[in-house]
Amino acid sequence: MKRTWLWIPLALFGLFFAVMAVGLSKPSSTTITSKMIGKPLPKFSLPPAHAPQPGLGSASFQQGQPRLLNIFASWCIPCIAEAPVLSEMARKGVPIDAIAIRDRPQDVDRFLKRNGNPYQRIGSDVNSAVQMALGSSGVPETFVVDGRGIIRYQHIGDIRPEDVPEIMAALRAAQ
Amino acid sequence: MNDFQTRRAEPVEAPFSHSRMWVRAKNGPSTSSGLRRLIAPALLLIATPALADSLMPDAQWANAQLPDAQQEHEAKALMEKIRCLVCQGQSVADSDSDLAGDMRSLIRTRIAAGEKPEAIRAWLIERYGNWISYEPPMTGITAPLWILPLLLLALGVWLARGRFRKRKAK
Amino acid sequence: MTAELGLILLLIAAALATLQLGLGAISIRNPDAGGHASIKPVAVLQGVAVALSFLCLIWVFLETDLSVKLVAANSHPDKPLLYKFAGAWGNHEGSMLLWVTVLGVAGGAVALFEKRLKVASLTATLAAQAAISIGFYAFLLFASNPFERLDPAAETGQGLNPLLQDPGLAFHPPTLYFGYVGMSVAFSFAVGALITREVGPAFARAMRPWVLIAWIFLTLGIVAGSYWAYYELGWGGWWFWDPVENASLMPWLATTALLHSVTVLATRDGLRAWTVMLAVVAFSMSMVGTFLVRSGILTSVHAFAVDPKRGAFILALLAIYIGGALALFGLRIGTVREGNRFDPLSREGALVANNLLLSAILGIVMVGTLYPLIAESLTGEKLSVGPPYFNATTGPLALILVAVMAAGPVLRWRRDEWGAMARRLALPILLGAASLLAVVIAAPGLGLLPLLGIVLAIGVGAASLAPLWKRNLRRTPLFIWGMVISHLGVAISMAGMASESAFTKETLTAINVGETRAVGPWSVTLKDVQPIAGPNWTAMEGAMEARRGNTLISSSTQARSFSSPPTETNEAAISTVWDGQLYLVLGKHQPDGRWQVRMWWKPFVMLIWFGGILIALGGLLAMIGRLRRELKPKGEVA
Repeated sequence: MKRTWLWIPLALFGLFFAVMAVGLSKPSSTTITSKMIGKPLPKFSLPPAHAPQPGLGSASFQQGQPRLLNIFASWCIPCIAEAPVLSEMARKGVPIDAIAIRDRPQDVDRFLKRNGNPYQRIGSDVNSAVQMALGSSGVPETFVVDGRGIIRYQHIGDIRPEDVPEIMAALRAAQ
Repeated sequence: MNDFQTRRAEPVEAPFSHSRMWVRAKNGPSTSSGLRRLIAPALLLIATPALADSLMPDAQWANAQLPDAQQEHEAKALMEKIRCLVCQGQSVADSDSDLAGDMRSLIRTRIAAGEKPEAIRAWLIERYGNWISYEPPMTGITAPLWILPLLLLALGVWLARGRFRKRKAK
Repeated sequence: MTAELGLILLLIAAALATLQLGLGAISIRNPDAGGHASIKPVAVLQGVAVALSFLCLIWVFLETDLSVKLVAANSHPDKPLLYKFAGAWGNHEGSMLLWVTVLGVAGGAVALFEKRLKVASLTATLAAQAAISIGFYAFLLFASNPFERLDPAAETGQGLNPLLQDPGLAFHPPTLYFGYVGMSVAFSFAVGALITREVGPAFARAMRPWVLIAWIFLTLGIVAGSYWAYYELGWGGWWFWDPVENASLMPWLATTALLHSVTVLATRDGLRAWTVMLAVVAFSMSMVGTFLVRSGILTSVHAFAVDPKRGAFILALLAIYIGGALALFGLRIGTVREGNRFDPLSREGALVANNLLLSAILGIVMVGTLYPLIAESLTGEKLSVGPPYFNATTGPLALILVAVMAAGPVLRWRRDEWGAMARRLALPILLGAASLLAVVIAAPGLGLLPLLGIVLAIGVGAASLAPLWKRNLRRTPLFIWGMVISHLGVAISMAGMASESAFTKETLTAINVGETRAVGPWSVTLKDVQPIAGPNWTAMEGAMEARRGNTLISSSTQARSFSSPPTETNEAAISTVWDGQLYLVLGKHQPDGRWQVRMWWKPFVMLIWFGGILIALGGLLAMIGRLRRELKPKGEVA
């Protein structure tokens, strides 16, 4: 009995070693995923982000068709990188709405003129309130919302061409 | 002065995979562990604005105090428990990032509207998970964490017990 | 040629370390083989060889030899001399070479100066020291050669991160390494004592100066790191319970515990197994700290030039040394007869309480730091363990610890009486009670922790002077002075923390140039904002003027933007007056033309770091006192 507890420190160290070895072998990510996936879109109604296009409300996502909800900003650099990919998806008939975070109308206008406008509606979220309600932690992010307004999928970071098949699959699954 | 502001919004180091990223020195300063030990918490806090910033002014209550001292005290206490999504290394109470500012504003607005801090924290946890709260909840998985201090003390007393002699046996 | 010479010297040092380990192993098995006589000179030579190798590295940095890969990657011909010099260890390879250099030189010093230990124990200690060195030599030679050539030579160097060009930062790593290496020597003594079963007062006395050195440097490292974070971060915080900070706190907690248990072992021959265990734990913690920071395993830290491969190497070294030492502990400690027993109310009892509380705090900090990792691998859910947890759990334990600290030094060895203790502490207890009354009346509604903090700080501050009571101050031994000053430092530091958390006044505002706002007793005016440029940054500088009664303070705060890497820093304007610090920060420019200004009035906050320096100073006095007494020619070794 007295002999056994002398080995407890070594056993504890073994435990520590195991945890560290496991932790070292799988690099953990720093992304914080939204816990709202599978839940209904929070109620919101945002004014237009720039003059020519309508604003965005949660009601738009109740029309029976799955839609993409893109969170972007004119001041965000990766958003420029994903713009052509989004445009390509829009050309293929994917309905995309957007929320512009902390943005001024003239900046949104300039951004869309320069990088293309794949969006049907753009709401302006000047103090990130809707972004936080969605559990989104940065720009750009893209959600797949099904026809009944349930959030089905979240993509964090800019959408690269290789990400498109997965997002298309998520859209089909949300049919 | 405006010149200074616009410079902040210039593209920095594309391509970022996500604009939450902060300075990532890949080949750069591979400093000693000791040095890094010292500066790391600092870099966490100061490196965040490496991403392009919004041109919008701060949200109403991002950097202003509530007029009611008791409410401000409650808001501040809650902010210190909420982890900043952008910098990840400190609470929203002491972060320069825009999103942290918006979160401070959200917290102050809701406190001013009479909402309880615990309700706001629950609202945030519902969206971001337990990660957002620096105070771990009391659940099955975190129970060991909260029992630990008592366990360690009990273990210590048990270990020390053998070293003491009885008062009588002088 | 210098680089090749450095590499050859490094190889020689590695060979000598191997020889040192071999001689040690032979001597332990066969004491008459003559290994004892030759191991000492080998240890000294190894120290000399590795020190010369490090000098070669400094030399190539000073002459900026761009054909050396490390120099090209980390230095620049135009860099100021100080940073060329500091550049030698301001990188991974160089810092590892510095590590092993300090280790080798310390081993040589042990071989030269250690006269108290039995020869077999000294041999085992030097062998253990060589075993640690070999691991790091292997790491250097196989995985991070600092002398690697670049062919062709680089045109110019890449320079050092501007953020790191700070005189304080240049000398911070060596400070921590002295701490770590001091612990490695203590660890070697413990392993040597376990191998030869000589765990007793002689072992404790031999180990104590090294523990003190380590402790002084670790203390200074934490104090400097905390103050640096305070002035550089711009939000007035001075401790964040960040994993990186915790990694520096853990070795300090273990070393503090060891420092106290080693006293029991040296004076009363008690706590044998426990002291050996703490020596192993303290060194483990410095290795664990290095590992946590280097491997980037805690993502909350940050992505800052970490390398999982190097992390794996350090983890492997950790497994060999710590696993080996703990296995040896399990095998041998049962055969070490336990030392003298004592009454719970005695000097030993107080020191045991100190050890238990420090160990509990260490356990909490360690588990709390690692828990997010454990929880995520078990459930896949991310969670955070931060300041609210650490404050709530370690705070009360720290307060009890400080109360014990007040009583410990006035207790007698072996056994004491409650009444006698209370009489000796009558004055501090009275002072504490009076301050409790005063604080409750003057500042009602104060939180429980800050309230207890202030009251205890005053009582404990008075109690820490009690050991000097009725003594002839000029004949009081230096190590008693050391203890008194360190304990007083703890009380002072705690007073600063409690005052900061209880009485800080905060004002967040946006004002135009020329406007005035109040923070606590001060009226602060933003006099002017001007753009200025530094060597590699531009900044907006705000000139501030603060007034309280007749006192007028001018200061300036900067919001700096660095271009590469793109980074913004705040240079807070911190003005110190006798009763606190005024902390002003210039924030963003608002579209309506106003400037954000953050202002804090922090009464007595500087006591936090002043107390920390006193703690280290006390350690220094204690070390000088012990060495003077023990290195006397007629050492009265009891």
